[in-house]
Amino acid sequence: MKRAIWTALSLLAGDAQADRSVPPTGFTARLTLFTAAAMALLAVFALSLSLAAGRLAVRWSDELAQTSTLRISAPAEQMAAQTGAALEVLRTTPGIASARALTEEEEQALLTPWFGPDLPLDALPIPRLIEIEAEGRGYDATGLRARLQAEVPGAVLDDHTRWREPLVAAAGKLRGLGALAIVLIGASTAAMITLAAQSALSANAQVIRVLRLVGARDAYIARAFVRRFTLRALSGAAAGTVIGAILVALLPGGAEDGGSVLTGIGFSGAEWLWLPLIPPLAAAVAFAATRGAARRMLERQS
Amino acid sequence: MIELRNVAYSYGGGELFSGLSLALAPGSFHFLTGPSGAGKTTLLKLCYGDLVPTSGEVALWGEATTGMARDGLALNRRRIGVVHQDCQFLDHLPLGDNVALPLTVAGRHHEAAAYLPDLLAWVGLTRHVDRRPPELSGGERQRAALARAVIMSPEVIIADEPTGNIDWEMSQRLLALLVELNRMGKAVLIATHDLNLIRSAKAQVAVRTLRLKDRQLLAAGADL
Repeated sequence: MKRAIWTALSLLAGDAQADRSVPPTGFTARLTLFTAAAMALLAVFALSLSLAAGRLAVRWSDELAQTSTLRISAPAEQMAAQTGAALEVLRTTPGIASARALTEEEEQALLTPWFGPDLPLDALPIPRLIEIEAEGRGYDATGLRARLQAEVPGAVLDDHTRWREPLVAAAGKLRGLGALAIVLIGASTAAMITLAAQSALSANAQVIRVLRLVGARDAYIARAFVRRFTLRALSGAAAGTVIGAILVALLPGGAEDGGSVLTGIGFSGAEWLWLPLIPPLAAAVAFAATRGAARRMLERQS
Repeated sequence: MIELRNVAYSYGGGELFSGLSLALAPGSFHFLTGPSGAGKTTLLKLCYGDLVPTSGEVALWGEATTGMARDGLALNRRRIGVVHQDCQFLDHLPLGDNVALPLTVAGRHHEAAAYLPDLLAWVGLTRHVDRRPPELSGGERQRAALARAVIMSPEVIIADEPTGNIDWEMSQRLLALLVELNRMGKAVLIATHDLNLIRSAKAQVAVRTLRLKDRQLLAAGADL
């Protein structure tokens, strides 16, 4: 670890004379800068998408896991008794913070989007709904169902598991896709920088030959190329990250709007701290890619 | 220091030379002559490890170049000053940096200030210190190559036609430098067609002249 830090520091500090040994490489310099900037920009988007999906998964998981609904279908004359019995069962069930039967007005409001505002609730056999809020680690749904079956036969407990789990799974997969995109972006960056480094090394075969003839070791020759490409990737990725961050910040909705993935893309609070990691990671990828390319080329040219 | 034992080298399917042995001891001064295409440059390249023999062994300070690690070869090359026929410069660097390149790659660039001015003055290139190699004449490049070869004060100096592009006066100055270095104990090996240079050297120092001909390395005739 200490050695790696020392290597990184000496690489950043550089050796002006060693750097001058290798002539400027215009095309590969621009290619590396552009690639690093573009990939960092894409990494910012992929990261924001991944984080948004993660937030959504947590939100759906947490919010829906804390609430559930008890539906009581019973003849009109038994409705009040069964509702009272159900509330009593719920009141004595560990893990339930509160249970409340919805009022007629609230039920009317729920049905209005489908049946309109003039629905005569009194004339229809509408089930009674009880809203349950769990506390702590929640309640034992299986045990509660068994108790309800015995004491309130018309009650059906819906703990939202049926549709919560696929949503959470979908959000989790979206998050995974974002992470995969980041990995692919890193791999593409490595591939592009490897090609650029190989091109630069091939173009400088004569320089490498002269350096070797006067006693330069492979590490000396490689360092000049590695440092150059690492610093280019670092500066390109820094520019790409800044541009990406600005674009994400300008997106409508933003991270605070967690309603959906599309309107929730962005960074929230400490999530912004992920962004400064992108340029050093890009530099690390460039360092490894260029060093590998340089070692292979120097071995081939020996 | 540099020893070739029963060395053969094949190139393009044909054998350039075989059964060749040579030892460069401290303080020795060798000239290598022979017709064009006889393999003089190849022999020099074998001596500084730029080529490895097809058979036989080339040893640098006791270590065979065949199978030598590249870092080890690099360190050995710092002990050998080479003047290449085509000079081999970094065209993007000014002359001063090119001459100081062996010090730079050895991590001793700070020493350049102590040696460079005198060395450039000696080869008559002081006013060209900031010019790029492509802006120099053939003779100026050759003088610069010699300056670069000796800046590290190497133990062995190998030169391939070092006076090919320079006038008589300058060739005598370069020879005087090589003789001076030889008297300091450096081994010198020069491949040349310039018989006057050989005769001039013989007048100043004990010289052994070798002729590479018909795939063999022989002692040259008494005329040389």
